[in-house]
Amino acid sequence: MTTEALTAKDFTSDQETRWCPGCGDYAVLAAVQKLMPELGIPPHRVVFVTGIGCAGRFAYYMDTYGMHGIHGRAPALATGLAAARDDLSIWIVTGDGDALSIGGNHLIHALRRNVPVKILMFNNQIYGLTKGQASPTSELGKVTKSTPFGAQDEPFNPLSLALGAGATFAARTVDRDRRHMTDVLRAAAEHEGAAFVEIYQNCPVFNDGAFFALTEKDRAVFNRIPLVHGEPIRFGPDGEHGVARGEDGSLEIVAAEDRELVVHDARRADPTQAFALARLADSPNEPTPIGVFRDVRRPVGIAEVSRKLNEAREQMAPEALDRLLHAGDTWTVA
Amino acid sequence: MAVTRSPVKSRKRVIVRFAGDSGDGMQLAGSRFTEATAEHGNDFATLPSFPAEIRAPAGTLAGVSAFQIHFAAQDILTPGDEPDVLVAMNPAALRSELPGLARRGTVIANEDAFSKRNLQKAGYDENPLEDGSLDGYHVIRIPMTSLTTRATEAIESVSTRDAGRAKNLFALGVVSWLYDRPTKPTEDWLRRKFVNKPGPLEANLAAFRAGWNFGETSELIDVQYKVDPATDVPPGTYRNVNGTTATAMGLIAASVRSGLPLVLASYPITPASELLHELARHQDMGVRTMQAEDEIAAAGMALGAAFGGALGVTATSGPGMDLKAETIGLAVALELPMVVIDVQRAGPSTGMPTKTEQSDLLMAIHGRHGESPLPVVAATTPGQCFEAAYEAARIAVHHRTPVILLSDLFLANSSEPWRIPDAGELAAIEPALTTAPHNGTPFQPYLRDRNGARPWAVPGTPGLAHRIGGLEKEDVTGDISYDGANHARMTRVRADRIAGLAAELPPLEVDEDPGATLLVLGWGSSLGAIRAAARRVRLNGHAVAIAHLRHLNPLPANTGDVLRRYERVLVPEMNTGQLAQLLRAEYLVDVESYTKLEGKPLFAAELEREFVERL
Repeated sequence: MTTEALTAKDFTSDQETRWCPGCGDYAVLAAVQKLMPELGIPPHRVVFVTGIGCAGRFAYYMDTYGMHGIHGRAPALATGLAAARDDLSIWIVTGDGDALSIGGNHLIHALRRNVPVKILMFNNQIYGLTKGQASPTSELGKVTKSTPFGAQDEPFNPLSLALGAGATFAARTVDRDRRHMTDVLRAAAEHEGAAFVEIYQNCPVFNDGAFFALTEKDRAVFNRIPLVHGEPIRFGPDGEHGVARGEDGSLEIVAAEDRELVVHDARRADPTQAFALARLADSPNEPTPIGVFRDVRRPVGIAEVSRKLNEAREQMAPEALDRLLHAGDTWTVA
Repeated sequence: MAVTRSPVKSRKRVIVRFAGDSGDGMQLAGSRFTEATAEHGNDFATLPSFPAEIRAPAGTLAGVSAFQIHFAAQDILTPGDEPDVLVAMNPAALRSELPGLARRGTVIANEDAFSKRNLQKAGYDENPLEDGSLDGYHVIRIPMTSLTTRATEAIESVSTRDAGRAKNLFALGVVSWLYDRPTKPTEDWLRRKFVNKPGPLEANLAAFRAGWNFGETSELIDVQYKVDPATDVPPGTYRNVNGTTATAMGLIAASVRSGLPLVLASYPITPASELLHELARHQDMGVRTMQAEDEIAAAGMALGAAFGGALGVTATSGPGMDLKAETIGLAVALELPMVVIDVQRAGPSTGMPTKTEQSDLLMAIHGRHGESPLPVVAATTPGQCFEAAYEAARIAVHHRTPVILLSDLFLANSSEPWRIPDAGELAAIEPALTTAPHNGTPFQPYLRDRNGARPWAVPGTPGLAHRIGGLEKEDVTGDISYDGANHARMTRVRADRIAGLAAELPPLEVDEDPGATLLVLGWGSSLGAIRAAARRVRLNGHAVAIAHLRHLNPLPANTGDVLRRYERVLVPEMNTGQLAQLLRAEYLVDVESYTKLEGKPLFAAELEREFVERL
């Protein structure tokens, strides 16, 4: 099979998609299916590993290899797969509850290990499949079925969590901007270690409009802070706002003409600027950076061990097992 | 130096227990004595016992570390019940280990360590070496610390520190003389171990020789014992292995023979961590070990690796098993090969991490939500762990199922001579990966072979891209299905394919005397103790039948027939009667239980008593 002839159809399974009408997941699925042929990887070398939640169904809709796992455990399953196989393109699709709550430990360790997987975290700030409980990214005071008096717990900021765990690639995009999403996913696909992508995804049933400040035409232009590597960080209809470094070293939003703007550098080894950008917005209802926050190279330990083990297996002498069994002091009884 | 040889007496079998503070090097002395014993040609079995705390306060009861070896001129089956000789390096060791010593047994005590302060730490008001409390024993007092110092002080390269740490070698020297062990294995080992460390090497060599010479020349020890090499051992090449090493080799052998790369993912937990350490050393055999972030991830990594076409293994103990249940359930649904090794320890919860038990049997068989059957295999002796691990891998791969291998702390740490198999003669393991769709039709991931096993098609195979997951599958196609009739069928299919495995298992064999009315049925690590007890009963002219289960799920096909042949059935276990409960439920046979929950293995003597009561 030549990869040149591939189209989105080659990555579309025969299963009927069963997300709610208007769900942001459809847009991500379409973007991924459209991007895949561009990457030049045949479908049989691609694996989608998913957790539990609406996002977990993603695996069934891709005509690739797929494993729909258990709640929160997709990074562990994918890490094992990556350890066994260095010839696959492995994608994890997860949600805010799956990745940050029940699977938080696996997520941070997959990032720490820089496992060669792309992690697409659909953040809708709510538990959808279980019908509307507060998630670890739900805003303070959020009224849900499980928090009738308002959520009491501070939400996670997924990007700062990922950066804190040592993510070598961390990005944010939105479901209602196909082009931006595709660019970010492409950059993630090209990253050789663990890539973490937070996708703001609208849940029309349980949390409709959570990201409209960043996705709707009339508001997006005021609130999106696009991060472009090598460019000053600037936003607004006429680029009249920007991000500058304050006197105490923290980042702040300023009028662009007054100050020297921070130039975005995703390749910076030091993660503090990416971290500060991740913490720039407290909620998606205010000016919020989107794009690639960080994209740096760090050795991929799993792949290095694979090379070593592949070599060992190739060079193993036929008598190696007998030698192993006879290692150490032996004696013979006639 | 001209010496008068002590008289030499012959013994058929001897049990020696080395005991001291955890810093005294008793495990080292014991393992060196074991190697010399192997060299000498005795059969043997060993059992170390460690304190739960890494650095318990020196000199306290909590810090006592011991190593027991049973060696004999004949085939033996267990590390032994009661030691004949106790080497006590300090008062705490004496106090902690004396209750286990045989009546009229021998105590070899390092009298230098019996200071007022050490006596206090061990809870003695009076010095037991002097107050007559040891009158029933043969006590040999040796000032080991000062004799070691004297033996080493003239050697220039030896520091005071080196000398102070060599007294275990002095004790080893004494016991080596007492049982006429060859000295060369120990001396060679020291030379290898301390190849670039002249200080410790000279100190240890000098201490070892001083101990030996002390035995030979001192009148304190008036007799030397000889235990002839065992002659009833099957021919072959042997090595000393503990259960951990044997398990590791079994897994590697399964990997090499099947051509599947071995991926072991594990989280540190006592005692299963030893397996991680052992396998981590074997990158040269293509072994991948992963120290996971938690027990759940360890199971997930093993299963993810299996999806990719590896031999995925995870190992744990105690509460680690609880955490893996979710992933094992997924493996049942995915029908992928995976080996889960449970090195059992005493529970519930953290329980007694350094004490053995067989209390995870029902959990292994039933411990998952929903109907989720899987095969359970149990290892029976330290050396047999090799075969058990290999068998678990074979079943997992051939039947596309997670398999639980039950080992336990006793097996993991005990050692015995192991007859090394010829790698080429191990049973074949055929992964039979699917490489093309069946008859040109679209690939059907849940189309089964005649064993009820589904195809194993690994990512990277063109034309076979498919999706699997924890949701119920439609029979044959593997599509998601919530259809009630399909679920009922799939539940039966999953149950039947595991139950059907019984057809390929060897039948339960009975070792019986004519006219035996009592059957003793054991499982797992009690094999040695049950056999030893049966041997004793038979020596007294009684008839008994014994049988042992290596497969706990499914049970061998003839199990019910065997149980019904005898008037009485006794099931000894290190739990509250879990196998007995299974057998009663499955076969409606009124089996009797003998249970032990003291964190120690079953002893031959107690079993002998139980057998005799029922004859």
